[in-house]
Amino acid sequence: MNRSERLQALECAAAERILILDGAMGTQIQNLDLDEADYRGDRFADWPHTLKGNNDLLSLTRPTDIKNIHRAYIEAGADLIESNSFNATAIAMADYGMESLAPEIAGASARIAREAADDAETALQRPIGVLGAIGPTNKTLSLSPDVNNPGFREVTFDMVRDAYYDQAKAMADHVDFFLIETIFDTLNAKAAIKALLDLRDELNCHIPIIISGTITDASGRTLSGQTAAAFYHSVHHANPWAIGLNCALGAEMMRPYIAELQRISTSKIIAYPNAGLPNEFGEYDESPEQTATALGEWAASSLVNIIGGCCGTTPAHIRAIAEAVHGAAPAKPPTPKPALHLSGLEPFCLGATP
Amino acid sequence: MSVATASFVNIGERTNVTGSAKFRKLIAAEDYEGALAVARQQVENGAQIIDVNMDEGMLDGVAAITRFLNLIAAEPDIARVPIMIDSSKWEVIEAGLKCVQGRPVVNSISLKEGEEIFLDHARTCQHYGAAIVVMAFDEEGQADSKERKVEICQRAYELLTKKLDFNPQDIIFDPNIFAVATGIEEHNNYAVDFIEATREIRASCPGVHISGGLSNVSFSFRGNEKVRRAMHSVFLYHAIKAGMDMGIVNAGQLDIYDQIEPELREAVEDVILNRHDEATERLISLAEKWRGSKSTAQKQDLTWRQQAVAKRLEHALVHGITDYIEQDTEEARLSAKRPLDVIEGPLMAGMNVVGDLFGAGKMFLPQVVKSARVMKAAVAHLHPFLEAEKRANKEQDKSAGKIVMATVKGDVHDIGKNIVGVVLACNGYEIVDLGVMVPTQTILDKARETKADMIGLSGLITPSLDEMVYVAKEMQRQGLTQPLLIGGATTSPAHTAVKIDPVRDNGPVVHVKDASRAVGVVSTLLSDEERPLLVETTRSQYQRMRDVRANKKPTPRLSLEQARAAAHKLTSAPIAAPSFTGHKILPPIDLAALAQIIDWTPYFASWNLIGRYPNILEDDKVGKAARELWTDTQTMLQQIIGQNWFAPKAVIGFWPANRVGDDIHLENGAVFHTLRQQIKKQNGLPNFALADFIAEQDDHLGGFVVTSGDGVEDRADRFAHKGDDYSAIMVKALADRFAEAMAEYVHQQVRTYYWGYAKDEALALSDLIAENYQGIRPAPGYPCQPDHTEKQTLFRLLEAEKNIDVHLTSSFAMQPASSVSGLYFAHKDSTYFSVGRIEKDQVADYAARKGWEMREAERWLGPILNYDPQD
Repeated sequence: MNRSERLQALECAAAERILILDGAMGTQIQNLDLDEADYRGDRFADWPHTLKGNNDLLSLTRPTDIKNIHRAYIEAGADLIESNSFNATAIAMADYGMESLAPEIAGASARIAREAADDAETALQRPIGVLGAIGPTNKTLSLSPDVNNPGFREVTFDMVRDAYYDQAKAMADHVDFFLIETIFDTLNAKAAIKALLDLRDELNCHIPIIISGTITDASGRTLSGQTAAAFYHSVHHANPWAIGLNCALGAEMMRPYIAELQRISTSKIIAYPNAGLPNEFGEYDESPEQTATALGEWAASSLVNIIGGCCGTTPAHIRAIAEAVHGAAPAKPPTPKPALHLSGLEPFCLGATP
Repeated sequence: MSVATASFVNIGERTNVTGSAKFRKLIAAEDYEGALAVARQQVENGAQIIDVNMDEGMLDGVAAITRFLNLIAAEPDIARVPIMIDSSKWEVIEAGLKCVQGRPVVNSISLKEGEEIFLDHARTCQHYGAAIVVMAFDEEGQADSKERKVEICQRAYELLTKKLDFNPQDIIFDPNIFAVATGIEEHNNYAVDFIEATREIRASCPGVHISGGLSNVSFSFRGNEKVRRAMHSVFLYHAIKAGMDMGIVNAGQLDIYDQIEPELREAVEDVILNRHDEATERLISLAEKWRGSKSTAQKQDLTWRQQAVAKRLEHALVHGITDYIEQDTEEARLSAKRPLDVIEGPLMAGMNVVGDLFGAGKMFLPQVVKSARVMKAAVAHLHPFLEAEKRANKEQDKSAGKIVMATVKGDVHDIGKNIVGVVLACNGYEIVDLGVMVPTQTILDKARETKADMIGLSGLITPSLDEMVYVAKEMQRQGLTQPLLIGGATTSPAHTAVKIDPVRDNGPVVHVKDASRAVGVVSTLLSDEERPLLVETTRSQYQRMRDVRANKKPTPRLSLEQARAAAHKLTSAPIAAPSFTGHKILPPIDLAALAQIIDWTPYFASWNLIGRYPNILEDDKVGKAARELWTDTQTMLQQIIGQNWFAPKAVIGFWPANRVGDDIHLENGAVFHTLRQQIKKQNGLPNFALADFIAEQDDHLGGFVVTSGDGVEDRADRFAHKGDDYSAIMVKALADRFAEAMAEYVHQQVRTYYWGYAKDEALALSDLIAENYQGIRPAPGYPCQPDHTEKQTLFRLLEAEKNIDVHLTSSFAMQPASSVSGLYFAHKDSTYFSVGRIEKDQVADYAARKGWEMREAERWLGPILNYDPQD
C-alpha cells in the first residue's frame, strides 16, 4: 500500500468507525528498564552528556526495542501509531548536546514506525497509519521564562520553525501524517504549521496534519492561556485532518473540552488522554478498564473519531479502549456557517452565529 | 467562555503611532508600560480587535512591534482579543505574525507591487494563519472612483480564491475612505464612491468583509468635533447599510445617528451623499453658526403634582410617567435618612401597588412594563448615592434573588424572555440577561460566576427544545443545582416533564407558562418554607405525566404505505406558469402601506392582552390597558414610518417543479421534502403531504423570505440601554408584525402579479387576515412541514443571505428574528393542514430521502414522533 492508498483506506474506515491510536511510548520504554549504557550503545559510548532519558535516541541505539513497542500497540488494535520522535528537534536535543543529530533521529524513528506498520499491514491485511510525532519542544514562544522581563523570549519563531522544518523533512518519506502534539503554547504549534506548509510547497507532496493541544488546568485553557475554541481557530489554517487534545488531564477532566471542540470542529476529533492523573509518586494508576469505561462513554456520545492514550497507557489500555469503543459511531462534524474567525486568548467571530 | 460575535466590528485604533500622538510619544520614549495601558484601556472600552501600528520614520518597526506584541502576550486582559497587525512594510507585518499565538488580521497587502508579490504575501499569511485586509490599490495607484475600487477588489478576489484557494471569509477589503468637503470638486463624491463600491463588492465577491479608517472622511473639519462626529455617524450609517462590517473607529467620536440635530444631519448627509453642489458651503457656514436648542414640553394634566412626594412617586409608577421621576426621587432622597430608604420606602410601596393591581387583573402587562421603566429611572438616579454609601459601609449587594436568563443557542427570539425579565425585575429580583443565542457553557459559567439563584431558559423554535435538554444535562454533569426554569412558545409542561426533567436530579426543573406566572414560581422557589412543596408537587406532576405517556399506547396510525394510498389527488391541471422563474429581490416596500395591513390581534396577544382587534379597545376588562398601549404604539408607528426605522426586504422565487412521491423535485436539481399525515381519517378524507399540491409534471413551486431588516435589534438595544424596556419590547413586537404584514402583502403581489394566477383578486383586509384566497404559503418548521432544516434549501435557492441579509442559525431560526419565510403553492386544492405525529416507517423513509441517519432524523423530527426513539 502506498501513502495515498493508505490515506484513502483510513479515510473510509474513519467514516464508519472510531480509529484507534496507540498509547504511551515513554511508559513502555520505562518498563524495559534500560540503563545509561543501553541508551549509549557503541556509537555514543563516549558522548560527553548523560543520555539516559533521551528516549528518541533509542531509535538509533535500540531500534528493535522501539519496533517491538509499535508492534505491541498494533496487536492491541491500533490503526495509527506515533513515531518515537517527540523530542527529535535541534531545540529539544540541545539538552543532550545532540542538536545536529536531531534530523537523523527523527528519520530513524519514522522509518522504524513505517517498518512496523508495513510488516503488520501485510500480516493483518489492514491499513496502519504512521504519525510523525512532533512535540512542543522545551521552549515557549509566547511566554517569558523570566518573570521580571515578560517581553523576553528564549527562542525566536524562526529558530523553532527551522527546527521543526528539519525534523519534518527527515520524516517525510516514511510517515502518512504529521502529528503536532502536546501543544501547550499555540505559537510553537504555529511555527510547526508554518514549517509543514512551507515543506509541503517545497516537496509538492501532501502529508495531512493532525493537531493535538493540551489543556493544562481545570480553567479550560492551554498553558499559554487560550480557550479550546480560540486554540482551534488559531491552528485551523493547517486544515487539519484531525484536531483534538492529549496529555495533561485524564479522561474525566478532558471531556468538556473535547465536547467543545466537537461542537465547532469541521475536522475529525482526536483524543488521547493520560491514564488518569499522576499519583503522588508521579505514576499513573488508572487501570485499562477505568480508562476504557470513560472513553467508551465518549464513543457512545459520538464525541470522537480517533481515540488512544497518552502518558501511563499501555497496550492493555489500548486493547480495552478498542473493545469499549467497538461498534460506536464516530463523531460527525457540524456544518458551521461561513464566518470570519479570529482569536486572541478567546475566539472572535464576524458574520455568523456562534 | 464567551464567543465575541458581531455584525459591525469596531477596531481599536489607539495603539497606532500614526493615529495617536499619545501612543507615538510613549513608544518613542520607550515607555512600554504606558503603551500597554493604552491597549488595555481600549479593550476595556469594548474594542473587539486592536490595531497595532509602528510605522513611524524614527522607529525600528520590526523591533518595536516584536517588543510590544511580546509584552501584550503576557497581559491576559489585552491578549484576550485578536490583534490587527498594521503596517505598510511587509517585514514589519511578518515580524508581527511571528509574535501572536491567536489568529490575527494582517493590515494590509495590495496589488501595488503587482500580482506576484501580492500572491506571495497572501500565501505567507495563509501559512501563518491570518486573515487579510486588502487595500484597493494596484500598480496604477490607490483607487478613488467607485469603478476602480470595485475593479481592483474583484481582481484581488479572483486571484486569492482561484490561485490560492483563499477562504473568502478571511478577506477584508478596504476600499479607501478619503476626505470629502475639501473644497476640491473631485473629492465631493468620495464618500459615495466608497459606499457604492462597498455595496457592489459585497454583492460580487461573496463572503468578503469591508473595512475602512473612518476618521479620514472628516479630515477637512479638524478642530470642529461636533461636525466631525456627525460626519462619522452619518457616513457609518450609510456605509454599514451598504455592507461595511468592520472599521477603525474611535467610538468616542460617534453620535447616535437619530440624535444628531436634524438640521446638522441634513447638511452632513448632503455632503456625505454628495446631494447637491452647495453642500460643502452649506455645511461650512452651518458649522460656524450652529447653536443647540431645546424642544418645548407638552401640556398635561398636572393636578397630581400637588400631592406629597410619596404619592407622586406612586402616581408616576402606576401611570408610567417618567417626566418628573428624577426630581421627585431626589426630593425623597433629601428627606430620607439613607438613599436605600427611598427604594424600600415609597418606591417599593408604589411597585407593590402596581404588583397588586397586576395580580388583581386591574393592570396589564404593557402598563407594568412601563412602570418598570419609571422604577429603573428612579433607581438609576439613586445609584451613585447607593454606591457611595455602600463604599462607606462596605456592604454587599443584596437583591431578593438573582436569575440568569438566556435564549438558548441557535434561537434569536426574545420578546417573551424580555417581558419575563422586566416583570421579575419589577419585583425586586436581579436579572442577568445574557441575550439571545447563548451557548450552554456561557449560561452555566455566568450562573456560577454570579452565584445565581436560578437559571431561566427561553426559546421559540422547536430545535431549541433539544438545546434546553442539553443545558439541563450539563447542569447535572457540572454540578449546578439551581432550579431551572423553562419558558417560551415552543415549550410545554409535557416536554419539560418527559425530556428535560429526567436528565437532571440535582435540582428542580419547572416549566413556566407565561410572564404572569413567573413571579409566583420564582418567589416560591426562593422561599425555604414554600420551595419543598412546589418542588415536590412539580416533580410528582411531571412523574404522572411521564407515567401517563409511558402507559398510553400511542394511537395506532396508518402505515406510510396506507397513508400514501390516501394521498390527495389534484382535481384539476396545474396553474399557469409564473411570470418568471428563478428568484427576484422585490423593490422596496413602503412601511406606511404595510402598516395598513397589519393584523393587530396577535400584537395585543404578545402583551398578554387577549381579545380580537378592534373590539379589544372597548373590552370591559382590558380595554383601558389596550387603549393606552394602542396610543403608545401609534406614536411609535409614526416614528417607524416617518424615520424609516425598518428597512423591509423581500426575495421571492419560482421554479419549475414536479411531484416525485412525497417530495417536490425542482428542475434545477433541488428537492423539497415533505411529510405526510399518518392519522386515521374518517369519511375517505385524504392524508395530506405538501407534495400533493404539485402535479407530477409541468408544475411550479414558489418560495419567499421577507424581513423587517436588521435595524430592529439596534433600535431595541438603544431603548433597553436607556432603561426603556417598554419601548424595546414594543419595537420588536412591531417589527414582528411588519414582517407578517409583509408576508401577506408579498403573497398578494405574487397571486395578482408575479405568478398572476389571481389577477382580479380584490380582497378586503379581513379576507386577507382570514386567508380567504387561492394558494398557501406554508413555512418549514410549522405544522404543514415541521422539519426546520428544509429552510436551508429555500434559503439557498433564494440566496437569502446575500440578497436580503437574512441568516439561519444553527437551529434554523431566522436572523433578524422579525423575518418570515415559506413556500408558495398556487393550486386551488392547496390547503393548510397539520402533519401531526408520524410513525417510524415514515421517519426511516424520510431519513433515506434526506440522506440522514435515523438518529439525525429523529432529532429534527423529535416533536412529532409517534414513538419513543429510546424504545
